[in-house]
Parts: sequence; C-alpha cells; structure tokens
Amino acid sequence: MVRDTSVNLAGIRLKNPVVPASGTFGLGPEMAAYYDLGRLGAIALKGTTLEPRFGNPTPRIAECTGGLLNAVGLQNPGIDVLTGETAPKIRALCDTPLIANISGFSVEEYGICCEKADRCPEIDIIEVNISCPNVHNGGMAFGTDPEAAAAVARRARKATGKPLFIKLSPNVSDIVPIARACEDEGADGITLINTLPGMRIDIRRRKPVLANRTGGFSGPALFPVALRFVNQAASACHIPIMGCGGVSSAEEVIEMMMAGATAVQVGSANLKNPFACPEIIDALPSVMEELGIEKLEDIIGIV
Amino acid sequence: MTMDRKIYTIESNAPVAPQVYRMVLHAEDAPEERCGRFVEVEIPGKFLRRPISVSMSEPGRLTLLYKVVGGGTAALAAMEPGSGLDLLTGLGNGFDTLACRKSALLIGGGIGAAPLHQLCRDLRSEGKRVTAILGFNTASEILLREEMEALGATVHVATADGSCGIRGLVTDALRETRPDYDYYYVCGPMPMMKALYPVLPDCGEFSLEERMGCGTGLCFGCTVQTTAGPRRICHDGPVFKKNMLPW
Ligand SMILES: Cc1cc2nc3c(=O)[nH]c(=O)nc-3n(C[C@H](O)[C@H](O)[C@H](O)COP(=O)(O)OP(=O)(O)OC[C@H]3O[C@@H](n4cnc5c(N)ncnc54)[C@H](O)[C@@H]3O)c2cc1C
Ligand SMILES: Cc1cc2nc3c(=O)[nH]c(=O)nc-3n(C[C@H](O)[C@H](O)[C@H](O)COP(=O)(O)O)c2cc1C
Ligand code: FES
Repeated sequence: MVRDTSVNLAGIRLKNPVVPASGTFGLGPEMAAYYDLGRLGAIALKGTTLEPRFGNPTPRIAECTGGLLNAVGLQNPGIDVLTGETAPKIRALCDTPLIANISGFSVEEYGICCEKADRCPEIDIIEVNISCPNVHNGGMAFGTDPEAAAAVARRARKATGKPLFIKLSPNVSDIVPIARACEDEGADGITLINTLPGMRIDIRRRKPVLANRTGGFSGPALFPVALRFVNQAASACHIPIMGCGGVSSAEEVIEMMMAGATAVQVGSANLKNPFACPEIIDALPSVMEELGIEKLEDIIGIV
Repeated sequence: MTMDRKIYTIESNAPVAPQVYRMVLHAEDAPEERCGRFVEVEIPGKFLRRPISVSMSEPGRLTLLYKVVGGGTAALAAMEPGSGLDLLTGLGNGFDTLACRKSALLIGGGIGAAPLHQLCRDLRSEGKRVTAILGFNTASEILLREEMEALGATVHVATADGSCGIRGLVTDALRETRPDYDYYYVCGPMPMMKALYPVLPDCGEFSLEERMGCGTGLCFGCTVQTTAGPRRICHDGPVFKKNMLPW
C-alpha cells in the first residue's frame, strides 16, 4: 500500500512533515551537493534580521548530555541578502516551500522584515521568532509575555498575507495565553519550541564555556519537553502547529504529530548527522506501515 | 567540500607521546583525502562529533594524531582496534600546495603539527623543498620529526624548556634559522599563530581552529571574522590565506 506522508500546513501542501529547523541547516543551499532538497517537506531558513549581524564571539557551542548549547546570536547577512540572493538560489534548486525565520529588536523591525519577506516570491511561509535566547533586548523578551507577543503578531499580520507562524519560547510558566494571543491576532500557526536557556562551566579554567556565558539548549533531551508544549498548545488553539525539539527519528516525528503537530522540525539532529532529514523521510513509510497508519494527517493531535 | 559518511575500522590506536595518540583507520573504498582537510568523528556517549585533522592518508586508510584534552578525546583513546568508527570525511578546503613554487616552510605547534605530515609528503612528491619548524613544550612531546625527516624535509625543533633543539618558541626558531621559502603553512594554537602573523610575509596560509558544532557548515558555530566578512571555519576554511585574516 502507498503510504500518504503529505500534510496540509496552513493551506500549503507539504510532501512530508519533515522540515529542517531554522539555524541548523546553514543558509539553506549547502546540503544540495549531497541530497535533493526537493525531498524535504519544507525548509526553515536561517534566522534573519533587518541588518547583517556577526553574532556572538566564539566559543558559541558547548556539548551537553543529550544535546548542546548554542550562542550563535543570530549571525546572518540581513534580510535583503535572504530575499535577493539566498531564497532565489534555493528556489532554483528545488520547489520545496521555504520558510523565512524572522527576528527583531523592536515590533517595527519585525514588521519591516515581514514586509520584505512578503514581497519575496520565493518565500512561502513566514515564521516570526520571538524566542531567541541569545540576543539581548530582543528575541525572547517578546515571547514571554502575551501582550508583547500579540503586538508582534499584530504587526506581522499587517505586513503579510502569507501563512504566518509565530515561533514561541518554552521559557514561560504558561504557554496557553501566549499561543492564544497569537491566534487571536490572526497568526496562521505556531512553532514550538525554541531552545531552553542554559549554561556550562569549564571547571579547569573556572570560566563559562560559551563566550556569551549562556546559550540555548537543544537536542534529544529536549524532546519530552517539546512534546508536552505542542500538546498543550494544540489543545488550546485551532491553528496548525509545527513541533520542534529533539526530534531525530521517524518514530519521534509520528509521536510529535500524535501530540498535535502538523509538521515537525528537525534541528540539532542535522548537526550530528547531516543526512538526518532524508533518513527520517525514508524511514517514515515503513514506520507508518508498522503502526497501521495509511495517511499521516489522520494522526495529528489524536492524543 | 566533498563530504562523505562512512564507517571505518580502527587498525591501531596507541600513544606516541604523553596524552597524544595515533589512530590508523581503514575503509575499503575510501579515497585519499586532500591534505589539510579534517574529519568529524562520532564518539560513543557524546552528542556532537569531534573535528580531527587528517594527519596522513592514502586510498583506504586515514591516520589521525590527537591529544586527549577532555571527555571526547579520552573516549576515543579508549577505543580498541577492530571496532568501527562513524566518520564524516572530506571536510574543509585543505592546504593549497600549488601556491608553493619551489620551497615551502611549514610551522607547527604542538598537536597542530598533525596535518603538516601529509602536507610535507604531498609537497615533496610535487618536488618541492620543505623546511619545517615544529614547536613543543618539552622534548617528550615532540611529534612527527622523524617522519618528516624521512620524507626529506629539514626539521628544526624548538622546545619552550630548551630540552631539545632551539630553546624558545617557533618565532625564536624562525629568527635563528632564517629558512629560505617562497610560501609557508602554519597550524597550531591561536597564540602561536597570532605571534607569527606580524613577522611573516603575505605569501602563506594559516589553518584555524574553533569549537565546532557540526563541522559541515550548518550551525554557524565556528565563525571567524575575515577581510571578506564573517566566514565559517569548517565550510570556508579551515585554511585561510594570510591576507584574509584581519589580525
Ligand atoms: C578543524 C579542526 C581540526 C582539529 N584537528 C585536531 C587534531 O588533528 N588533533 C587534535 O588532537 N585535535 C584537533 N582539533 C581539536 C579537537 O577537535 C578538540 O581537542 C576536541 O574536540 C576536544 O574534544 P573533547 O571532548 O576531548 O574535549 P571537551 O571536553 O569538549 O573540551 C576540553 C577542552 O578542549 C578544548 N576544545 C574543545 N573543542 C575544541 C576545538 N574544536 N578546538 C580547540 N580546542 C577545543 C576546550 O577549550 C576545553 O578546554 C581540531 C579542531 C578543529 C576545529
Ligand atoms: C546552532 C543553532 C542555531 C539556531 N538558530 C535559530 C534561529 O536562527 N532561529 C530560530 O528560530 N531558531 C534557531 N534555533 C533553534 C532551532 O530552530 C530549534 O527550535 C531548537 O534547536 C530545538 O530543536 P532541536 O532540539 O531539534 O534542535 C537554533 C538552534 C541551534 C542549535
Ligand atoms: S561548526 Fe557548524 S558551521 Fe562550522
């Protein structure tokens, strides 16, 4: 039997639910030398800001049990390079839906970036990141307060008619009012979760491992935390959810979908295994068969 | 980059100096690596792979020279011959041997000498003269001296404690030996490279190192500022021409 892995994500048909997560897939075109990017469900592009950013000093990476800390700090060449060069370059390689991941330091900056992404024909979905723990006076500050999240969502909604996702932070005591605020402002979907703030110390040097002192924790250890956030938001909202956090197998993709995700982002797994996404996609049909799933869409939010 | 993922078999894994191991790996159909490239080694019990330079390679065989500095390299040192190792190979740009016309100067510090071994072999097989200046803390830590001499290179050793060769750093050895070269290659700890930078001419290149997340250009963990803007060491390096470095 042919197993149907396709999903409808806010009106866009994805071949399968597997999406490399923002910041863990280079600028986007890098892996085209090794596999057909057309096999991916969609691609979440590297986080962009209005102006180019160098990001944080190095070291930016610290190993942890079950994952890593990163403090890249949104290094990127600025939105004009994304819309003018990177997105067209990837579009020339594949027809996979492209997700622009947008960060900002003020509501207005988010708005301007969304307008630019809206005008870029190669961008299919806009994901507004209000959950980056690695920049100061921005990012996560908007994602931990329902009113601030609503203000960004409202401005972004005004800027674009494209499917609009808001990427939320797990660093909150209750995700429900924040997710609902985004839905009320007209967001088409929610992405959950970004990294958890963390820290490591080099006990021999008696200094933090990361030059930024703290970073965001990601990787397999995040999976149960992410799953529960997705499940909570899915129960409280009526818009689709992209589940993200610690996913590295087809089984975990299916578990995330049962919790309520329509699409599933794969992040840190790409760093350990650059072939993680196509391997997960290849494994999906046989896992579906084993579990008696004909159509992947049938299991979304069944738990 | 021409990345590949392969399971290699450990042929041997033994200490060659205090805390330094030589690991020889075998995979039937593996091509020879270009000198100056690196591999990312999957280590049991660690989430991230560890980047290690290719010290020497030939078709089907890779040699790594690594120093135990933490949990990952300690786990690597404990691995037995016969076991398999999951490697990403073909990473990075490698050294530009063609930039050297007739005679090369190789400068290595500590474990940074590792990739200079194959560089030395490749330059010699292109018929070029090679002088190497290798710096270590003390005599027992000296690496690759005999191997490079066997390839026909002139090797000057400097030790910080004066227990062998010239007393002092590679910069002292450079001043004392005044080697003749038209192109140079540097690999070693950052303080050594920064000390060499102002005393060397433009005709050369430096192999850089930074803590890496992926080693494949995906995470932007290893960024360095260059005269052409920010660059990922794993993706655009690890070797950079001197005029790319705004030190
Ligand atoms: C391109 C490249 C080539 C390399 N080639 C070699 C090689 O040929 N032989 C070799 O012995 N080592 C090499 N290294 C360094 C090696 O990757 C690190 O020593 C190793 O990752 C440490 O892992 P660990 O788990 O043992 O240490 P950890 O527990 O992760 O760290 C212990 C200590 O090692 C230092 N360290 C960690 N990662 C790095 C790093 N990437 N670079 C420098 N210091 C680090 C930390 O500052 C810390 O003090 C290379 C690094 C790069 C980026
Ligand atoms: C190196 C790195 C860079 C990241 N950069 C971004 C980013 O630019 N924008 C964003 O929204 N999330 C970013 N993230 C977060 C991931 O997209 C993802 O939400 C998080 O890592 C959890 O998923 P994982 O456990 O599968 O990695 C980054 C994560 C890592 C590890
Ligand atoms: S280590 Fe990930 S981009 Fe270089």
